[in-house]
Amino acid sequence: MTHPFLALTESDREEMLRTIGVASVGELFRDVPEGVRFGRELDLEPALSEQEVYAHVAELAARNADASRELSFLGAGMYDHYVPAVVDAILQRGELLTAYTPYQPEMSQGVLQAIFEYQTAICELTGMDVSNASGYDGTSVAADACYIAKHATGRGKVVVTEATNPQVRQVVKTYAAGFGLETVEVPHRDGVTDPDEVERAAAGAAAVIFQQPNFFGCLEPAPELVARAADAGALPVAHVDLLSLGVLEAPARYGAAIALGEGQPAGNFPSFGGPHYGFLAAREEFIRRMPGRIVGETLDTEGERGYVLTLQTREQHIRREKATSNITTNQTLLALGGLVYLTWLGPQGLRELGETCLSLAAHAKQRLEERAGLEPVFADQPTFKEFAVRVGRNAREVVAAARERGVHPGYALGRDYEGMDDVLLVAVTERRTPEEIDRLADVLAEVAR
Amino acid sequence: MKLIYEKSQAGRRASAVPRHDELPRPGVPEELRRSQPPRLPEVPEFELVRHFTELSTRNFGVDTGFYPLGSCTMKYNPRINERLAALPGFARLHPLQEEDGAQGALELMWRLQEILAEVTGLDAVSLQPAAGSQGELTGLLLVRAYFAARGEAEQRRKVVIPDTAHGTNPASVTMAGYELTPVRTDARGNIDVDDLRGKVDEHTAALMLTNPSTLGLFDENIEEIEQIFHGAGALMYYDGANLNAVCGISRPGDMGFDIVHINLHKTFSQPHGGGGPGGGPVAVRGILEPFLPVPAIVRRDEGGFGLDFDRPQTIGKVRGFAGPFGVFVRSYAYIRMWGPRLREMSEAAVLNANYVLARLKGAYDLPFDRLCTHEFVLSAKTLKREHGCTALDVAKRLMDYGFHPPTIYFPLIVPEALMVEPTETEAKETLDAFCDAMLAIAREAAEEPELLKEAPHHRPVRRLDEVRAVKRPVVKYGFGEHPVTKGEAKAVVTEAPQGV
Repeated sequence: MTHPFLALTESDREEMLRTIGVASVGELFRDVPEGVRFGRELDLEPALSEQEVYAHVAELAARNADASRELSFLGAGMYDHYVPAVVDAILQRGELLTAYTPYQPEMSQGVLQAIFEYQTAICELTGMDVSNASGYDGTSVAADACYIAKHATGRGKVVVTEATNPQVRQVVKTYAAGFGLETVEVPHRDGVTDPDEVERAAAGAAAVIFQQPNFFGCLEPAPELVARAADAGALPVAHVDLLSLGVLEAPARYGAAIALGEGQPAGNFPSFGGPHYGFLAAREEFIRRMPGRIVGETLDTEGERGYVLTLQTREQHIRREKATSNITTNQTLLALGGLVYLTWLGPQGLRELGETCLSLAAHAKQRLEERAGLEPVFADQPTFKEFAVRVGRNAREVVAAARERGVHPGYALGRDYEGMDDVLLVAVTERRTPEEIDRLADVLAEVAR
Repeated sequence: MKLIYEKSQAGRRASAVPRHDELPRPGVPEELRRSQPPRLPEVPEFELVRHFTELSTRNFGVDTGFYPLGSCTMKYNPRINERLAALPGFARLHPLQEEDGAQGALELMWRLQEILAEVTGLDAVSLQPAAGSQGELTGLLLVRAYFAARGEAEQRRKVVIPDTAHGTNPASVTMAGYELTPVRTDARGNIDVDDLRGKVDEHTAALMLTNPSTLGLFDENIEEIEQIFHGAGALMYYDGANLNAVCGISRPGDMGFDIVHINLHKTFSQPHGGGGPGGGPVAVRGILEPFLPVPAIVRRDEGGFGLDFDRPQTIGKVRGFAGPFGVFVRSYAYIRMWGPRLREMSEAAVLNANYVLARLKGAYDLPFDRLCTHEFVLSAKTLKREHGCTALDVAKRLMDYGFHPPTIYFPLIVPEALMVEPTETEAKETLDAFCDAMLAIAREAAEEPELLKEAPHHRPVRRLDEVRAVKRPVVKYGFGEHPVTKGEAKAVVTEAPQGV
């Protein structure tokens, strides 16, 4: 029986083999040495029909406790923001979904213009001059920034604040080993980073990476951190939440050299960790050190505007071992989701979304204190959409007990930070309501302490 | 066509965001507060849909037509995979969910690992890398960790790469802190084994090889190559970009490779998305398993599946969480619809490529006259010498016939290269129409070369001035200060690799 994804009939095959001049399909593989031919059938379960594969995979999906089945306050880098239907509709257009990197601009003006519009949106949000077409996620772009900084400064270490997402720190460390960079961490003090400590650590460093709002949800003294890093000759790198940038200052305006982060909150589903897009934007002076694809505007032979992949002599297919990165396939479709989402939001929507997150999170902080007697760990620090509370006993046990009551109350910070076993990180997006927050407070009142 | 920013009017919007005016709103300290709003587009929802729909009509995907972009495996992407990846149980599942709330997702990943181990002939798999090039870097960091554990890290500094390799290979070598040792290709398109022998010694860490190569040729000396590397104590890395040629036919593990990356967006049908997402899982021999990225996805002795972070020798993490999960859903569903019949997939891919090659080899130069695998490389060098028509001209003219061009100017060792990969999903009629177009273009080059040089004629834009784009980079919209968007220009298109 022919397979639904194949198109050749028996007579097609015969005619094609005749044209080629071989007797059988097997003969096409005569250059494969006998000793490395696979002598049996692949030990895989028999082929399923579409209907069967749907039933099987949907059953696997049904075994997961996703945010439609549990009231979730889990964040810690991935967030349950609303993704509007227009994002799905556009990303399912086959002309966009099933195209590849726009190597041939005349065939690819749609994707090229979309990337140009995406780059513009990222530059508007961050205040930077140039954005690439996306990186893998919010972790790998931080490693990319280290590579930029290493070559821009010639220095041999990078500084990362401890209040930066632990996964970002881990990925930076992995890549830094290959880059020949040492990594140094600066501890947090009461939930935020001390500029004096940054300045000391930044001496001789290529870059200082910090997160705003940081992993604990607290607002860092970002302008001060940036100034101290720059004073020491290190590139200040801000890891930011795009959705905070309607209410929080653009990193370029307080002096960051590079702004980057995880794009998931803006237009992608959490999807158990991916695929998502990482964004990476920088000041103009770094344009020729940027990793990955960049789209530029130009004219065609008739003088009409058009878009092309540009500054390609930075890239691996031209520069090979001297390239600014090895990245080829990036996350264009997810970045397009980001563009559609940011267009849907608009400047007003972005500001309102930020304000709603601020209000709801502050409300949650207050209700947890009033109804469950739980105190914020870093009470003196302003926060955005996430905050840490002490739950009086092991937070992982609290998570388990709350989940039995249908509420995922947040992330147990003890998974990453010593001495924080009784601390829960609670995220509140615009999808949560005051009633749901009360439910969280009631459940925590029951299971915490 | 206007940019979305040029359609923007202050006061319009597509979104309605929940507001809670009844709640107090905490202030943001002034020095941290946004000073100027970002100029995002202001459009109503319908305008948004029309804009992006119009953009899609100015684009070309596999769903639009034949897309024989060599080395990229532009095959059909089954729609069922999209439906499955969008199920709320996957799409809305948080990656930090507790294990007992993610059993279905973890089982899917574990099953995919098992499948990839069988297909590659290796022992252990990490799904974490986000794309092939990240898989390469991961593989090289595994090599480093392996030799470091054996006390040979300082001694083994060199990675051997043939001159046909993708640019990602040498770029990854540098990023991993290794030095590149290039090796030549022989007259049959295999690695030049004589050149190789002098270059592999106790300082060699690894070989990186794509097999079949970017020439679309299976290396006939692979067994000898394996003896040379393993004989010198080095490891062998397999770039899985061309795995679509050999599923169920020859496994990298059986060829002697120790590390393999798999491009899920090529062989296993994750849609390419205009340039991603991809997936670049890495499969390894047992000796390398302790070094794989964390978390590992494991089946628990007590039943169920889990994430194991307790791997003291791990290289660390290369990406967030356990990898691009939505890609795994699509590739898993895809493979399950083939099962052991994956071999038929590869056979059809190889049959299609050889058929197109057989029809075209009289009209274009063929640098290595052998049977090909799933792709082949022609050269337009005679066309260029006799008629002044380049590979680029052929590519642009193909657009007038309604086809996406092949990869051009790659691999670098073939002048005026045209790298064609039809994939298994195309019908003979489509292949014939493409061959007819290629043959017609070869005739046009002789009779009416201007048709090629001025092509394309019927696309939304004509040839674009790439030099202008580099000299005066305009990489974002400038609003009131945006440069003139109409004017005198000439097409200065670089004859550089396009499509890898």
